[in-house]
Amino acid sequence: MATSTTTVHGAGPLVGSRSFLSKLREGDEIARMITFLFAASVVLVTLLLIFELWQDSALARHKFGLHFFVTRVWDPIFDQFGALPFIYGTLVTASTALFIAVPLGIGAAIFLAELAPARLSDALEFFIDLLAAVPSVIYGLLGIFIIVPVMRDYVQPALKQSLGFLPLFSGPAYGVGFLTAGIVLAIMVIPYIISVSREILLSVPRDQREAALGLGSTRWESTWKVVVPFARSGILGSVFLALARALGETMAVTMVIGNSPTISASLFSPGDTIASVIANQFTEATGDLYLQSLIELGLVLFLLTFILNGLARLLIVLTSQRGSKVSPA
Amino acid sequence: MKRFAAILLGGFTLAVVLWAQGALLITGAGATFPYPIYSKWFDEYHKLHSNIEINYASVGSGAGIKQVTDGTVDFGASDGPMNDDQLKAYQEKHGSGILHYPTVLGGVVLTYNIPDVSAALNFTPEALAGIFLGKITKWNDPAIAGPNKGVSLPSTDIVVVHRADGSGTTYCFTDYLSKVSEEWKTKVGKGTAVNWPVGLGGKGSEGVTGQVKNAPNSIGYVELIYAVSNNIAYGSVRNAAGAFIKADLASVSAAAAGAAKNMPDDFRVSITDAPGKNAYPISTFTWLLIPEKFSDAAKRDAMKGFLKWALSDGQKYAKDLSYAELPKEVIAKETKALNKIQ
Amino acid sequence: MTSLRWRKLVSGFMLTMTGVCALVAVSVLFFILGYLVYHGGKFISWSFFTQLPKPVGEPGGGMSNAIVGSAKLLFIASLIGVPVGFFGAIYLAEFSGSKSAFVVRYAADLLNGVPSIVIGIFAYALVVLPFKHFSTLAGGFALGIMMVPITLRSTEEFLLAVPNSLREGAMALGASKWKTIATVIVPAAYRGILTAVLLAFARVAGETAPLLFTALGNRYWSPGWNQPTASLPVAIFTYATGPYEDWHRQAWAAGLVLLGLILVINIVARAVLARGIAVPRS
Repeated sequence: MATSTTTVHGAGPLVGSRSFLSKLREGDEIARMITFLFAASVVLVTLLLIFELWQDSALARHKFGLHFFVTRVWDPIFDQFGALPFIYGTLVTASTALFIAVPLGIGAAIFLAELAPARLSDALEFFIDLLAAVPSVIYGLLGIFIIVPVMRDYVQPALKQSLGFLPLFSGPAYGVGFLTAGIVLAIMVIPYIISVSREILLSVPRDQREAALGLGSTRWESTWKVVVPFARSGILGSVFLALARALGETMAVTMVIGNSPTISASLFSPGDTIASVIANQFTEATGDLYLQSLIELGLVLFLLTFILNGLARLLIVLTSQRGSKVSPA
Repeated sequence: MKRFAAILLGGFTLAVVLWAQGALLITGAGATFPYPIYSKWFDEYHKLHSNIEINYASVGSGAGIKQVTDGTVDFGASDGPMNDDQLKAYQEKHGSGILHYPTVLGGVVLTYNIPDVSAALNFTPEALAGIFLGKITKWNDPAIAGPNKGVSLPSTDIVVVHRADGSGTTYCFTDYLSKVSEEWKTKVGKGTAVNWPVGLGGKGSEGVTGQVKNAPNSIGYVELIYAVSNNIAYGSVRNAAGAFIKADLASVSAAAAGAAKNMPDDFRVSITDAPGKNAYPISTFTWLLIPEKFSDAAKRDAMKGFLKWALSDGQKYAKDLSYAELPKEVIAKETKALNKIQ
Repeated sequence: MTSLRWRKLVSGFMLTMTGVCALVAVSVLFFILGYLVYHGGKFISWSFFTQLPKPVGEPGGGMSNAIVGSAKLLFIASLIGVPVGFFGAIYLAEFSGSKSAFVVRYAADLLNGVPSIVIGIFAYALVVLPFKHFSTLAGGFALGIMMVPITLRSTEEFLLAVPNSLREGAMALGASKWKTIATVIVPAAYRGILTAVLLAFARVAGETAPLLFTALGNRYWSPGWNQPTASLPVAIFTYATGPYEDWHRQAWAAGLVLLGLILVINIVARAVLARGIAVPRS
C-alpha cells in the first residue's frame, strides 16, 4: 500500500464519519462501487476460467483418473488418451531450454548488473526487453526457416559425429524435434532471466560487495561468492518464471517440434508438448472424451504454471526482503 | 495524437464494416485435401455472384466434422465420411440430419524426397504398411528395392511424415492400409486421426508437403495436387489387380467407376483398393457436409445454388488442379438429392 | 604464478565471459530483426497491404484482410482490457482494503500466468460455443482477458507511486475522493498508465494461440464483429507452415509488419515513460 497514514483509504476519521448518503452525493461511493465492479470482474473471470477447465474435463477425469498421467497412448480411434508423451515433451523441451538459457542469462545479468557502466547497462536492458516483446509466432517463423535447416544440416550431424554414442544424440537428424524446440525456447526465455536477475542483483546492498572487495577478493570472487549467493533465491525465482513461460509456449514450439507423441531418450526425436497438441487438435476433437482429454491437458498445464509462478514470486519477494533487512537503515 | 489515431482507427473500421455490408457470408471448414479446388470454386462463384462470399477454413476433415456438428460453421468438408456415431451425434444435437455431397475425386499419393532419386518408385501394399508401421526403416530394404530394380536406393533411414491434425487424407490412406494389411487394421485402424507408430507430424496437407520437401529421405502421403504443384516425386502403388498404377485423373476415375453404379443414397462409400485394371488404389471421393435443415433461408439457397454450379460448371476446373470429375451417374443422383436440403 | 595472479586471471576471464553472454543475448535480437528486414522487406509492396489472398497455389495477393482483422481484434481487446485494468487499478490503489486488494492482485497475477492456449480454450467455451460462431468478438475477448492483468498491475503501480502529498493536498482543499482521482492522481500518473496500456497492447498484438479457436480465419473481409476474421499472427502461422514459396514470402513480410508494429509500440511506450516521471527508480 502506498501510505502509512490512513486518511486516504476510506477508513480514516476524515472520510469515514460522513454518512453514506453524503458520500453518495459526492460521487465517492459510486466511484467506489464502479471500480469495485471492475476489480471484482477480474476475480470472477479467473474463477470462471478454473471452473470451466475443471468442469469441461470431467468426463476424461472420471474415465482415466490418475492413469491419465502415466499412459503413453494417445489414440483417438480407440478412445484411449494418456498425457505422458505430452508431459514428457513439455518437460524435456523446457529443461533443454533452461539448460541453455540459465547460464547465458545469469552470465549476461551479472555483466549488466556488476560490470557494465550504468548507461550501457540500461541501453542493453532496453534491447533485451525488446527481445521479450517479440511474439511467439515470429520465433516460430525463424525457427522453421533458419534454425531447423541449420540443425538438420550442420548442428545435428556434428553432434551425432562427436557425441553420437550418447542416447541423447542418437537417431536420424530430422531438424525438427526436442532439441530444436528447446533451443528456440531458450532464446525466448533468456530475456526474462536477464531482466529479473539483473534487477535482483542490482538490489543487493552495496556494502555486501564492498565488504568482500575490502577483504581482498577479486571482482569476480565478490560477485560469484558473495553477491550471487545473496541473490540466490531471487535468481532462482527468475528461473522459475522463465520455466513457467517455457511451459506455456505454444506457437514457436508447435512449428518446430515435429508433432508426434513420442517418448524418446534422444533429443533429435520429434515429440509434442501439451500446449502444442492442444493447438493442433482442439478444433477437430470429435467426440466428448477426446475434447475433454485435451481440456484436461489444459488443466494440467494451468496447474503447472500456477505452481511455478507462485514459487517464483515467493522466491523473488524473499530475496528483496532479505536485501532490505540486511542493509543498514 | 491519441485522438487522431483513435479517429483514424474508428473511421477505418466503420468504412470496412459498411463496405462489407450487404454480402452474404457463409462459413465452412474442413478438409485440406480439396482446398485448392474449393478455394478456386469459391473464388469463381464469388465472381459470378458478388454478394455471396463463401469462406472456407482449411483445417482438416476432423475439424470440419466437429465444427459443423457444433454448429460453429455453416457447412463442413471431409474426405473421410462421417461414421454412424458421428451422424447420430449430429442428429441428437440438431434434431435433423447432415448430408454428404461428393464434389470431386482425388488420389492420395506417396511423395518422397530421396536425394539423387528422381524416378517414380513402385510401392507394394506390404512395403507401405511396413514403412508406416515402422518395421521397414531403411530405403534400401528389399521390400522397397524389390519392385524398383534399376533404381539405386540409399541405405539411409526413412523419415516418415504423417498428419498431425485430424484428416480425411489420413482416413483414406488408413482405410487403404486397413484393407491391405491385417496388422495395420488391428494395431492402428482407420480414422481421421490415428495413433501413428512412427513419424513426424505435419499440419494439414500443406504441412506434410512442406515437411517432405524440406527433409531428405522422407516420405509422406498427400493429395495429388500438393505433390504436383510443389514438384516433389511421388510413386506408383500396386493395385488389387496387381498393376503398379500412378495416380492421375484416369486412374482415379477408374477407381470410382465401380462405385458409381452402386452409389448408396447417402453417398458414403469407400473406393480404396478398388477392383479394376487401371484403378488407382488410394483414391477417394471428397464430400461437403451440408446440414439437412438451414435456419437461414438465404444461406440455404446460396448453398444449393453453389452446389448446383459445382456439380455442373464447377467440374471443369477439376482437371487443371489434378482432381478427377465426378462420374456422370453420381452427378445425376446428387443433383436430385439437392432437394433434401431444406 | 602467484595465487593472486591466478585469481585475477580467472576474474578477468569470467567477467569477459559474462560480457560475451550479454553480447550473445542482444545480438539475437539484431539477428532476428535483420533477417526479417532482409527477407520480409523484399516482399513488402503496396499489394501486400491492399489485396486479398489469392486462391491456394496462385501467386500474388496480399494480407489486407489480416491487417484489418488484427486491428479489429485489438480494438475489442482494448475495449475490454483497458477499462477493466484502469478502473480495477483505481480500486486497488485508492479504495480497497488490504484483504480485497490481495485477492484481486492474486487473481490478476494468476490470470497473467495462464498460458495463452488455455485462454483460447476458455474463450471457445464461453463465447464461441454459446453463440455458435467463430467471431472477431470471441478473439477480441480472449485477447482482452490477456490484456487485463498487465494493464491492471502496471496501472496500479503507477497510481500508487503518486506521492501522498498530492492526495492530501487535494483533500485539504475539499475535493471528494473521485474528484481527487480524476483531476489529480490520474493526470499525475498518466504517463505510466499510457505506457502500461501500450505495452499490454503490444503484447497481445502478437498472440496467435488464442485466436486459433476463436477468430479462426477468413479469406475475405470480415463484416461486422460476429464472423471469423483473418489476423496477422494466424496468417503468419498458416503461411509459414505451408509448402508454397509464395506463402513463405508473404509470411516473412507479415512477420516484418507485425514485429515492426510491436517494436515501435514498445519503443514509444518506454520513451513516454522515460520523459520525466514522478517516480524515482527504486
